[in-house]
Amino acid sequence: MQIYLPIAEVSVNAFLLLGLGGMVGVLSGMFGVGGGFLMTPLLFFIGIPPAVAVATEANQIVASSFSGVLAHLKRRTVDLRMGTVLLIGGLIGSAVGVQIFNALRAIGQVDLLVKLSYVVFLGIIGGLMFVESLNAIRKTRSGKTVTTRKRHNWVHNLPFKMKFRTSGLYISVIPPLVVGVLVGILAAIMGVGGGFVMVPAMIYLLGMPTKVVVGTSLFQIIFVTAFTTLLHATTNYTVDMVLAVLLLIGGVIGAQIGAVIGARLKAEQLRILLAILVLAVCGKLALDLLLMPGELYSLGAAAGH
Amino acid sequence: MTRLAAILFLALAPLAAMAEEVVAGLSQSRISISTNFDGSEILIFGAVKRESEIAAEPPLEVIITVQGPSRPISVRRKEKRLGIWVNTDSVEVDAAPSFYAVATSAPWDAVITDVEDLRHKVSIRRAIRSVGASITGSEDFTDALIRIREGESLYQTNIGAVTLDEDTLFSTSIRLPANLTEGDYSARFFLTRGGRVLDVHDTVIAVQKVGLERFLYNLAHQQPLIYGLLSLTIAIAAGWGASAVFRYIRN
Repeated sequence: MQIYLPIAEVSVNAFLLLGLGGMVGVLSGMFGVGGGFLMTPLLFFIGIPPAVAVATEANQIVASSFSGVLAHLKRRTVDLRMGTVLLIGGLIGSAVGVQIFNALRAIGQVDLLVKLSYVVFLGIIGGLMFVESLNAIRKTRSGKTVTTRKRHNWVHNLPFKMKFRTSGLYISVIPPLVVGVLVGILAAIMGVGGGFVMVPAMIYLLGMPTKVVVGTSLFQIIFVTAFTTLLHATTNYTVDMVLAVLLLIGGVIGAQIGAVIGARLKAEQLRILLAILVLAVCGKLALDLLLMPGELYSLGAAAGH
Repeated sequence: MTRLAAILFLALAPLAAMAEEVVAGLSQSRISISTNFDGSEILIFGAVKRESEIAAEPPLEVIITVQGPSRPISVRRKEKRLGIWVNTDSVEVDAAPSFYAVATSAPWDAVITDVEDLRHKVSIRRAIRSVGASITGSEDFTDALIRIREGESLYQTNIGAVTLDEDTLFSTSIRLPANLTEGDYSARFFLTRGGRVLDVHDTVIAVQKVGLERFLYNLAHQQPLIYGLLSLTIAIAAGWGASAVFRYIRN
């Protein structure tokens, strides 16, 4: 069944979109990530204009993270105070990100920026996760217990300290603000929630306990992506509601199925699968940039009109 | 007096040449882009009206063009910089039709001369207006524009696709792809003999989004804030709904 998307102005198969939403939903349910980093490149591949894909994906992430945060609120694993600090940074970041996005769109470099950010971030995160999970598997095989200790680094010596009771932290507000700004910029440019950057940053940079990280990250992602959606909708008119709804339906159902599958796999196995997936997407995008394209020319809306 | 006569003669001369005229019809003069729009095929037909006998030579030919609304567009070229392919040069094409199909009743050289093509802008290349192209080799950019749009079936040249019966009745069908831009499309009919245009006729096909498509498109452009908030409301409701439904199933 073909469906005509009013904003993207292309006709796509509705079942293909439902399927894509479902597939990414399964993965996001299995791995606890938003799935935006997979969905946006997939939308590029099926021919949705990048600007529409990025803006619409932000809208879809609002739905999936809202669904997730409800579950975390019930378990009291959301640090609302930390979430608010990250959020303030995030809103600043996404306002900056949309400006960068528009400026580059005007000079025709937006595709490059989006793709480069993907290659860089997916490469780094995928690589780190792959190495880390390989080590974890090796350690469990050799039967050693992993020792953790509280580290004190430069992060803890900054001014404006604040108590974050749920996380059990007493640290400066500067690092969470900076992390928030960076993730906000990414969310606007890449059409992702930024969970895959936020989660490692919260664990390794801020030293937050792992159990509150996902809920807190989701909490602030809702607001940052909602804000991004509004900015894209009002400045670029690129949010496609029909596309968002189709992806949503597939996504929320898939996420629940994924959660069931995820519960049956081991954590390290899950992480290594996710790492391979991330690296595969990264590799495909990198090849597009490195190999000579089949068509050297591309069409775009005329600048300055 | 002689001047007036000359003016009169000039004014009447085309009338005398217009012994053969087009009477045309369309299978649909309005195309609605609804949610399930998947392209459309329009049948274009007509007849040649004439007072005199059918002249035998040179043979009568028909060209039919369908042209979508023109928009300025920029064509960009990628080059390898620092090891990766990036957009570098770009050329602005002032008016590129979003859709252009031309169908003829015979091979191109037999139906129209280059001079007539230039005057009436019949071929794809002539229909595109590229002004202010300052980069050398801007021809390449126009070629690329045509090549890309031909690949998407947005530009079509259908040689010999017009069937002409008894030098009087003609018809062709043109396939409009699914990714149509809305606006007024003009269908033009050219009657030619020996490459010279005898008569031109044009008519309009209105292509419009309707129903939900129309509503959403207008809302997004006229009330972007409300549209954005509505999108968010749907997203929040869906997220909440999904978690509620699955909690209910699990219990």
